[in-house]
Amino acid sequence: MDDPLMLDANAVAGDLAEMFGFDVSASMHRCTNCGNRGALATLLAYVHGPGIVLRCCVCHEIVLRWVRTPTRVYFDARGAAYMEMGAP
Amino acid sequence: MPEPLAWQIATLTGVRPESAEVKSFTLALPAWRSHRAGQHYDVRLTAEDGYQAQRSYSIASPPSRTGEVELTIERIPDGEVSPYFHDVLRLGDQVEVRGPIGGYFVWEPALGGPLLLVAGGSGVVPLMAMLRERSAAGDHTPTALLYSSRTLDDVIYREEIEALAAAQDGVLLFQTLTRSQPADWSGYARRIDREMLSEVLARIGGQPLTYICGPTLLVEAAANGLVELGIPPARVRTERFGPTT
Repeated sequence: MDDPLMLDANAVAGDLAEMFGFDVSASMHRCTNCGNRGALATLLAYVHGPGIVLRCCVCHEIVLRWVRTPTRVYFDARGAAYMEMGAP
Repeated sequence: MPEPLAWQIATLTGVRPESAEVKSFTLALPAWRSHRAGQHYDVRLTAEDGYQAQRSYSIASPPSRTGEVELTIERIPDGEVSPYFHDVLRLGDQVEVRGPIGGYFVWEPALGGPLLLVAGGSGVVPLMAMLRERSAAGDHTPTALLYSSRTLDDVIYREEIEALAAAQDGVLLFQTLTRSQPADWSGYARRIDREMLSEVLARIGGQPLTYICGPTLLVEAAANGLVELGIPPARVRTERFGPTT
């Protein structure tokens, strides 16, 4: 994949930490579509749209996405079979 | 203890030019926290009408420097945040930041080596933090830095990197200049490719723990090339940056 606007999810680690309350960039996930297991930071980040989209680095399906309104965050995690992180 | 990701107001206390389009900015932080080499800070600018622009910038300074962080920022001509740092911000001015952020693209001596650092342009910044941390800790992990720049004038931290390599304490330096080269240039003169990676791997040996940071195309080429050459994907960590940061 050679989309020059693509980033690593590390770039949105701050926003993720804001939602989860702690840094989850090194936490693990499993892709619902292809089953790949990896750190959240390995997801491919698309940040130039109205919301943030994180895609699997193996199959490129959407794993996580969210959008902000002035007062709410809508967070869609159906592309992650699970997430695994240290208990806070 | 402050919340890890609370926004705080930093004060600009120093500016140092690194190359034509790159400067290092020292920010004093009221709630400074120790970071890990490779982490970044988010910077947020708010206009009078409430519009906000936010970007992430890698920390260049090692964790041993307390009370302040140094962010090295390339000026992107049509960017929203980097021109503000380069053209508007003055010593003593304040800017909103949060960090340190990121638990994946980080290195510390305990992670060991050999260590292979691959940088394109300002992608060298988080890798420089790792090299500075290595030096500050008196660590001797065998390390190779493969650094791609357009021209010699675009090389960031040039004197410091050459001094590190000349110190002969285990840092090998490989440079490539992709656009133009001085007449007496002895480094590479092309984009990073598999043959170049193969030569660097032969010098560093083993299956190095690898950190690649730069524009997406360089990161893809380097990461794919290294995996094809037998480096386990789990040993390769990448950080891409886009053209609009």
